[in-house]
Amino acid sequence: MDELRRAGGTTPSQTVGPFFAIELPYAEGPYVVPDGTDGAIWLRGRVFDGGGDPIPDAMVETWQADPEGRFDGDFRGFGRSGTDDEGTWAILTLKPGAPPAPDGVPQAPFVLLTIFARGLLQHVFTRLYFGDEAEANGADPVLSSLPDDTARATLIATREDDGYRLDIHLQGLDETVFFAV
Amino acid sequence: MSRVSIETSGSLIRVRPDAPGTHPPLDYPEYRSTELRAPSRPLVPIAQSLTELTAPVFGDGRVRAVDADLTRQHDGEPLGERIIVYGQVLEEDRRPVPDTLVEVWQANAAGRYRHHGDTHPAPLDPNFSGGGRCVTDAEGRFRFVTIKPGAYPWGNHPNAWRPAHIHFSVFGRAFVQRLVTQMYFPGDPLFFQDPIYNSVPEGARERMICRFDLEQTRPEWALAFHFDIVLRGSDATPVENEA
Repeated sequence: MDELRRAGGTTPSQTVGPFFAIELPYAEGPYVVPDGTDGAIWLRGRVFDGGGDPIPDAMVETWQADPEGRFDGDFRGFGRSGTDDEGTWAILTLKPGAPPAPDGVPQAPFVLLTIFARGLLQHVFTRLYFGDEAEANGADPVLSSLPDDTARATLIATREDDGYRLDIHLQGLDETVFFAV
Repeated sequence: MSRVSIETSGSLIRVRPDAPGTHPPLDYPEYRSTELRAPSRPLVPIAQSLTELTAPVFGDGRVRAVDADLTRQHDGEPLGERIIVYGQVLEEDRRPVPDTLVEVWQANAAGRYRHHGDTHPAPLDPNFSGGGRCVTDAEGRFRFVTIKPGAYPWGNHPNAWRPAHIHFSVFGRAFVQRLVTQMYFPGDPLFFQDPIYNSVPEGARERMICRFDLEQTRPEWALAFHFDIVLRGSDATPVENEA
């Protein structure tokens, strides 16, 4: 048995299940920056299943650059939020700057989203882009690689009074684009 | 107090994909909850940018030592078999992942979760909550003390039972190494009827089962089980490789 393991092979994923609230959510989880931080924005949305019903037992994690597009400062960058009875997740953060691109082509600013839930045997990755960055979004290589505007729209968060909103549809007609990365 | 701080980034240039046949498919009808939650469209492949290649870093001082001992979180000790669960967080080429957060949660010895969603008729243990965490050391090692969880009935199909398991959540050097899995126990009679376990391709399932370790077992105190968690491999910049 040990020899099989030493031969390599990564550990398989399993669903987070319905009871992760015992451990994973924590008080500061949704606060990438403390409440009251100057310029802080709420990123929020609802998670829906393939029947159009909200998912009250999902967890969303966010990971992003700081406002200068960097990862080497004091900015926490990481957020974690469960969903409530209406399927709503919410993270308080600062809008990221666009980090340097892998091959020199400028990227639009985005937040990496990861979704975990009962019924998901692997977590899924997507990106939250900002609705008030039309020019940058128009030139973004990842958004441009998607087949049509409908697909792109599933990733672009709409501006609200205190932040941005992006609903996530795990399955169905309005299904969010998820990435292999 | 935040659990998270940010490490200097930019030293990883690529995270390698898992080998085919490692992970379960998203769509797996025998696990009924996937029916309305599994994405139906193929995942869109994209290049890894700096965001995907960095991750939060969790330093000492944000997680307390007692957080790794699930038997000492209340006034009394929980009922059940005390066990040590230890191992390393590694990348596929066996490179350890130091200073990374490992979070665990589980049912009690009777198979009951301390969660409003579990109301099945097994007793709660007033001395057991079932959640713990630790940060791996410089060699990527973690160690938990807990009690062996019981099997747990669920509603997937008639007379369905989850094999005894401990949920693990792990971060790596890069966010795309993130892994949530379940650790199972050797010799469990329930594997054959569990769709969550069996959703994993046959050659990879054994990697989720811990190994009983008599050498690390503490006499008259606790059985020990060894469980390594192996994340996707990574390639670093040439400077780091020379170190």
